[in-house]
Amino acid sequence: MRALKSFALLRESWVGMAGVFIVAFWIVMAIFAPWIAPFDPLELMQPFAKPGVEWKGGGTFWLGTDSLGRDILSRIIWGSRTVLIYAPLATICAYTVGIMMGLVAGYRLGWWDTILSRISDIVLSFPVLVLYVIVIATIGASGINIVIAITFASAPGIMRIVRGLTLDLRNRDYVAAAQTRGESDWFIMLVEILPNARGPLIVDACLRLGYVVITIGILGFLGLGLPPPDPDWGGMVNESRSLAMAFPHMAVFPCIAISSLILGFNLLADGLREISLRD
Amino acid sequence: MNETPSPDVPLLECKDLSISYFTRAGEIPAVIDFNLTVHPGEAVGLVGESGCGKTTVAMAVMRYLGGNGKIVGGSITYRGRDLLSLGAEELRRLRGNEIAMIYQEPMASLNPSMTIGRQLMEVPLYHDNASKREAKDKALSILDAVHLPDPARIMAAYPHQISGGQQQRVIIAMALLSNPQLLLLDEPTTALDVTVEAGIIELVAEIGEKFGTGMLYISHNLGLIRETCDRIVVMYSGEAVESGTINQVFDEPCHPYTHGLFNCIALPTTDKNARPLVPIRGQLPLPHERPEGCNFGPRCDFFEAGRCDQGFVPMRETDVPGQTARCLRWNEIDWAEHAPDRVQSIPTEVGEEVLRIDSLSKYYEVHDRSLSALISGKAVRHVKANEDLSFVAHEGETIAIVGESGCGKSTFAKVLMGLETATSGTLDFEGDDISETEVGDRSAKQIGALQMVFQNPFDTLNPSQTIGSQIVRVLRRFGQADSKGEAQIMMLKLLDTVKLPRDFALRRPRQLSGGQKQRVGIARAFAGEPATVIADEPVSALDVSVAAAVTELLLDIQRRNNSTLLFISHDLSIVRYLADRVIVMYLGQIMEQGTTDEIFNPPYNPYTEALLSAVPVADTNVEKRRIILEGNVPSPLDPPAGCPFSTRCQHRLGEICDTTPPPRQETESGHSILCHIPLDELAKADPVFSFKDTPQAAA
Repeated sequence: MRALKSFALLRESWVGMAGVFIVAFWIVMAIFAPWIAPFDPLELMQPFAKPGVEWKGGGTFWLGTDSLGRDILSRIIWGSRTVLIYAPLATICAYTVGIMMGLVAGYRLGWWDTILSRISDIVLSFPVLVLYVIVIATIGASGINIVIAITFASAPGIMRIVRGLTLDLRNRDYVAAAQTRGESDWFIMLVEILPNARGPLIVDACLRLGYVVITIGILGFLGLGLPPPDPDWGGMVNESRSLAMAFPHMAVFPCIAISSLILGFNLLADGLREISLRD
Repeated sequence: MNETPSPDVPLLECKDLSISYFTRAGEIPAVIDFNLTVHPGEAVGLVGESGCGKTTVAMAVMRYLGGNGKIVGGSITYRGRDLLSLGAEELRRLRGNEIAMIYQEPMASLNPSMTIGRQLMEVPLYHDNASKREAKDKALSILDAVHLPDPARIMAAYPHQISGGQQQRVIIAMALLSNPQLLLLDEPTTALDVTVEAGIIELVAEIGEKFGTGMLYISHNLGLIRETCDRIVVMYSGEAVESGTINQVFDEPCHPYTHGLFNCIALPTTDKNARPLVPIRGQLPLPHERPEGCNFGPRCDFFEAGRCDQGFVPMRETDVPGQTARCLRWNEIDWAEHAPDRVQSIPTEVGEEVLRIDSLSKYYEVHDRSLSALISGKAVRHVKANEDLSFVAHEGETIAIVGESGCGKSTFAKVLMGLETATSGTLDFEGDDISETEVGDRSAKQIGALQMVFQNPFDTLNPSQTIGSQIVRVLRRFGQADSKGEAQIMMLKLLDTVKLPRDFALRRPRQLSGGQKQRVGIARAFAGEPATVIADEPVSALDVSVAAAVTELLLDIQRRNNSTLLFISHDLSIVRYLADRVIVMYLGQIMEQGTTDEIFNPPYNPYTEALLSAVPVADTNVEKRRIILEGNVPSPLDPPAGCPFSTRCQHRLGEICDTTPPPRQETESGHSILCHIPLDELAKADPVFSFKDTPQAAA
């Protein structure tokens, strides 16, 4: 019910709706990849085909092929699965950890706050990229490890936001009312405080999803993403790096895919912010 | 420019003024057919509940309506000049030199990053092209005129370094600097303590006399209006419903709404058993849901179908010249015959002792890490939030704890509720000492037996949960209900008790008005059938008519449950109204305690005396002895060594007050006063309130 209402509100913001359409487009692509993609993304066909070239085996390479002869359009469509599985998963993990840390630090204060805040300060003091490289190099490149690396690097930032919101909300009378009826700290944090912090957190989550898409792209580009030959947008850009001057289509189309998804998440965040300000 | 105007040309005249706001939902009329005249040297009060359009009127006079507000009809003239036709430059000159406005929040009106002096000097520098020297002299003399001690020091201070009352005086000084002919005051004292408020009111009255300034005084407080103004306009739902001189409107109001308002307010001369409050039923209609005909119709006892709900009701002259009312039936209603159904209540029987507090103290440690503090050995200082509190509460009794902000009454509530533990002393609740038991270590029965109603209705309920689930949670928590179904039934019954419709159970807090939220707060507090309920200013944030209803509800439930009620308040009128016994606190100490009659009659503790005299009284029959306190409440970090009140006391004896803590003097009946002055000496004081004629119940 509430989700429906929010969506009805979102319809009034064209920025938000544009975001919804872009994100929905990629979700459809990811779900129906086997039926939409014209070719098998791993099949080696005709190397260095320009966009629009017809294949002798039937069909057209609408976006051309890469140096190994794989169809770029199919790889982009299949690649959207990687992004749309790992980006939300990583964001959810980062949020779970960040929210827990932030709630405890902001509600308990004292030693808890000091220790958790210092930990997050240390993590945040590293350049993010260096952090990813260190973490992935230590635990190896795989889908789950991407999630771990992103959680490790973004949870402290989320913790700071949650902590700030908690500091404000913990002084509300309804929190005092819960305290005076002897509720446990966890009940107060999860039932009295967290739901009332959701507005800014949802907006931030959408923005952060965009960043995570970038991050997954960068990791793929650095060779720290999914191991080949699975289609991965960042990896596709990386593979075509040395050929990009002669065959720009190999790099440009995956880049457009990445940018469009990020744009989608950011527009969605803008729309959500708009409706959250209105209420 | 400031030539003396002839007295018959009104300073400000609003004629048939209509103002609307334009929102996405369409045009919302905020003010309809509004008439007002302010003559030079005259103070006109504008009263009404929140949302009635009184601030919109002031903003329209200043031409500050904002992007979506528009004057859609009528005129505003200032000394014969049409304000609506003025250009931006002329308006600017007018606002700076002739019309000035004073807002509610003093802190928000001052620039925190500039010294007071610079902010004051800006006015003559920019508006009168004065030299820096002249500007400074002018600023100093005006600070002196608003009775600020040590103007030179204030000039060099930043806004946060002076108290709220001083800030408001600075704002008034700033407004006076341009020597305005017309002063608009929008709830100038609402954010201040009563004793500070009394000082500001006196200042405002003095300004009117000294400078001949015309004033439009906006307030929700009828008592304040009576004490500051010559004439009054009562507003309801965007319309003026009654206007006249103070005596006309206060002694013989014509409009049923005005009558209703007077029945809603507690007077410091009556109590709950003699004159129960009569709330106005129903709610203020939303601007886009106003009824046809008279706006007050649906809430009026004299509503006549077919007449009051037809067409537009105009403002009409009554029999008394100068008094007008917007009512079709004003001369048909016989007010002497009309007896509002005041529920005559029987005083509750005071039962056994429930709560005994014995020399309870709560100190907070403040760590000073500066080098000088380390050297002088004062690295740890104590804020004595509560010092040596002792009193007893019985079953069914209502005890009021009174004091201004910072007196330690909220800290006491926290210790009682177990959110803080006491530093020393005991707190016996139903036989157990709970002074050092935090809420987490108390038994469910103890917790349920000691509950609280909070101050801010907008903060008291969790916005993301339904009303029903919040009450059910409390019922389950206190073991009142064993199963979900049982809890559900009990929750619906509780909603009945606080007179809310049952379908509110599924609503969320933001769909409720302030008064309704406070009712839910009360339902929640009484869910565990508590022996003692502590109410921290439960109605201070509510409108007059809503506050009356909530107060009555609170008392009603208390009577029914025979609970002890600890009522924390700064408003002595309401305290007089509902309390059996009163405790007056100042700087963490109990200055005086006794029965309500003992507190409101001599002998007085000097602080109680000043506090009483600061209460605005909305009754023209009551005469009040005026005592205006000097100075501010001292910092609790650095309280006076002797009597806490010695720095402001009007009866200060001399050195003994500054150096020696005063003795607690007690009469046989248990009335105790903390003062050096002997009781028989204090007993010679005149009562603060006296009646002009034979006492009679107002309205």
